[in-house]
Amino acid sequence: MKEVINLPVRNIEEEEYHINMGPQHPSTHGVLRLVVSLQGEIVKNLKPHCGYIHRGIEKMCEKDTYPQIIHLTDRMDYLSAHINNHAVCMLVEKALEIDVPERVQYIRTIVDELNRIASHQLWWCSFGMDLGGLTCFFYGLRDREKILDIFEESFGSRLLHSYYTPGGLMMDIHKDFQKNVKDFIKYFRKKIKDYDRILTGNIIMHERTRGVGFLSKEDAISYGVTGPSGRASGFACDVRKHHPYGVYEKADFKEILLPEGDTFARYMVRMHEMRESMKIIEQLIDNIPAGDYSAKMKAVIKLPAGEYFQRVEAARGELGVYVVSDGNKTPLRMKFRSPNFSNLGVLDHISRGCKIADLVAIGASLDYVIPDIDR
Amino acid sequence: MNFSIYDFTSFNQWIDKFLNDNLNPFWAVVVELTIIGLVVLLFYALVGLFLVYAERKVCAFMQNRVGPNRVGPYGIFQTIADLFKLLMKELIHIKSADTFLFNIAPFIVIIASFMAIAAIPFAKGLHAIDFDIGILYVIAVSSLGVVGVLLAGWSSNNKYSLIGAMRSGAQIVSYELSVGLSLLTIIVLAGTMQFSQIVEGQANGWFLFKGHIPAFVAFVIFLIASTAETNRGPFDLAEAESELTAGFHTEYSGIKFAFFFLAEYMNMFIVASIAATVFLGGWMPFHVGGWEGFNRVMDFIPPLFWYFGKTAFIIFLMMWFKWTFPRLRIDQLLTLEWKYLLPINLVNILIMAFVVLMGWHF
Amino acid sequence: MDNATLKERILGLVPEAEFQENKQFLMFVVPPSAMHELSFALKHEADLAFDFLFCLSGVDMVKYLEVVYHLESTTHKHQLVLKVRTADRENAAVDTVCDIWRTAEFHEREAYDLLGIRFNNHPDLRRIFLEEDWKGYPLRKDYVDEVNIVEL
Repeated sequence: MKEVINLPVRNIEEEEYHINMGPQHPSTHGVLRLVVSLQGEIVKNLKPHCGYIHRGIEKMCEKDTYPQIIHLTDRMDYLSAHINNHAVCMLVEKALEIDVPERVQYIRTIVDELNRIASHQLWWCSFGMDLGGLTCFFYGLRDREKILDIFEESFGSRLLHSYYTPGGLMMDIHKDFQKNVKDFIKYFRKKIKDYDRILTGNIIMHERTRGVGFLSKEDAISYGVTGPSGRASGFACDVRKHHPYGVYEKADFKEILLPEGDTFARYMVRMHEMRESMKIIEQLIDNIPAGDYSAKMKAVIKLPAGEYFQRVEAARGELGVYVVSDGNKTPLRMKFRSPNFSNLGVLDHISRGCKIADLVAIGASLDYVIPDIDR
Repeated sequence: MNFSIYDFTSFNQWIDKFLNDNLNPFWAVVVELTIIGLVVLLFYALVGLFLVYAERKVCAFMQNRVGPNRVGPYGIFQTIADLFKLLMKELIHIKSADTFLFNIAPFIVIIASFMAIAAIPFAKGLHAIDFDIGILYVIAVSSLGVVGVLLAGWSSNNKYSLIGAMRSGAQIVSYELSVGLSLLTIIVLAGTMQFSQIVEGQANGWFLFKGHIPAFVAFVIFLIASTAETNRGPFDLAEAESELTAGFHTEYSGIKFAFFFLAEYMNMFIVASIAATVFLGGWMPFHVGGWEGFNRVMDFIPPLFWYFGKTAFIIFLMMWFKWTFPRLRIDQLLTLEWKYLLPINLVNILIMAFVVLMGWHF
Repeated sequence: MDNATLKERILGLVPEAEFQENKQFLMFVVPPSAMHELSFALKHEADLAFDFLFCLSGVDMVKYLEVVYHLESTTHKHQLVLKVRTADRENAAVDTVCDIWRTAEFHEREAYDLLGIRFNNHPDLRRIFLEEDWKGYPLRKDYVDEVNIVEL
């Protein structure tokens, strides 16, 4: 692949040299190439090169019907697959003005939150691993397996389920779903204390993350950094609170905002979010109303002509789905506002002046999933 | 011949007499040297093999996994399989690398750790060289390893290796100071640098307990500094897999990589055995001065077991740190040494000297 | 601010704005020449304060190319959608807004890469997903690629 880098003209000082991190690298969490310009150990400039996993999802959506598009959305940010599905399903349901049964709303919310916990668990284990505490990797994965077992039992697969469909769910939940989820919550409440003991309270971890990679609130809003990374800078952007969907209004949970804006704050926001997600699930799991698992939908779904937008809170930030429809069964244009794409824009800004080791910590705290950047 | 597992001196004298009787003195010395060389080589290889297996098992259990369990019962032949694999790997010749330096760098690292093993006493009489400046010799010789590391990074002609080697070099050189000074604390207590006398001097109690507070502080500092010096544990920035691929040994493959790998484990063993000898009594069983009956019971266990037990305990401690803590950044590492450990060490030596002068030790 | 007041405000700033029907947002089209000034006003005027650009999309409506900006204010909590159209498909050009909202830097590169819309005064306008020497703009409706696209 021939690639010509036309860097804008800049004063390159004498001792500067360029290093490539990626596309294959143990800590870029996917195929992302960072061309880092270093002076000794200090990062002067950083240019991300993405597109290594660009699959043309938006172009493919223009030829697929809406139920088929659900399968494509799974594969963007695969760690919050359900939440991506939820966005497209809600968009179609709102456009067609369909009332989704209450049962479906409850199940969707609970499964979204389980997905969020699973995603944060994977984030935690790779964060620990990037900092050097390799044991954290195994502890996080071990606990995440419990959630994946629940998913496998009810939905048939561990990672990419395509469980939500426009109008409801593909099938009803397993009869043991509620019991397994409650067991998991009890188990994980104990284990998360272990996470704190291993990593959160560790002084080496504090030294490596406090004060590193500061992002101010104005910059977070300007760069569009949403999700836990944005909330760690004080930007109140939780879609579940500000534009509620599902049954989030019925659950009592806090939006975690921290003012510091450094790597440690981004870490703490996610740790607290895991606990808040467990709180939400606990409040909803026993109250799932009986009913249908899907509303009656026509065989062929055609959205009336017009433009629609739906926002959801994915594990990494705000996912937006924008559809321009001309009345056919396939959209004219489907655009995904992916959270990681906006978060990537800020990496250059906050890592100037840091060392290489800090760059790894910052990248881990911003929690990228590269397929979401590239779509 | 009087072979006693408690005291190897008579065995050594028997071998010496046997050789001198049958060969002329020059050849006797040559044969003795060969025997020692072969024994140390074999020991080196076997301990290295065992340590690699132990690390994998220990780290696996801490990470909620099982570790190697396929090759042989409980996976004990895993390291041998790894050794075969490394031996059969292609030695990649890098055109733009400085070939001579590139090739000798692993050997320098091995030679440095090899020479250090020679001076450590494994049991009474089981001692290759007994210098009267034993500790000084060991510290000096293990510093030669840094030359190998820097050569490896430089001659690879690779940005990442160079960064890794520079970091590693800075780290090793800084922490040598702390290692030396913490050992100096015990030399002040013991009054001698000769290993055999240091061990004999702990016959009525290990120095860690005899020297109470200053010795304990010196022990902690020694553990931290020696972990840093061997590029282990939370100080393994030079070979951080998640940052710059493999640091200074990125470009090495096959047997040369095996040398670096082995040298790292052997350095850990050497450092643990120095800690065991100087602070915890070496091959001396656990005696409490004055409790004759207790001491007799402790003496029943052969010194070899005491020695290897203590070394194994310290190695386990070092493995424990490595798999629990995240890594320190290079500037934090150097700050730790120059701003914290060094002043504490200096003050500690003064305290120990004071304690010895006033006779306030056990 | 409710939509009616916003509408008045915007008409005051750009009288040529054409408003469109949409159930969710206040949506309007402005001519490309007025766009940058309007964006600046939208962000910096205290009662508007649209500081969060949460989506920037390029759309190929066959007759023209369109750039759609979804804006929100974090202080006043109102939202609107700004659109700019250009009928010139060969040299589609729109002013950049990345000096106003920094997030636009990457999003505009994406619009350029996939739809061929150039952004004037963009600091670093080059392709972001595809290779530098790729010919054509894949998301356009008239894009033909026998090698990479499988027509079923």
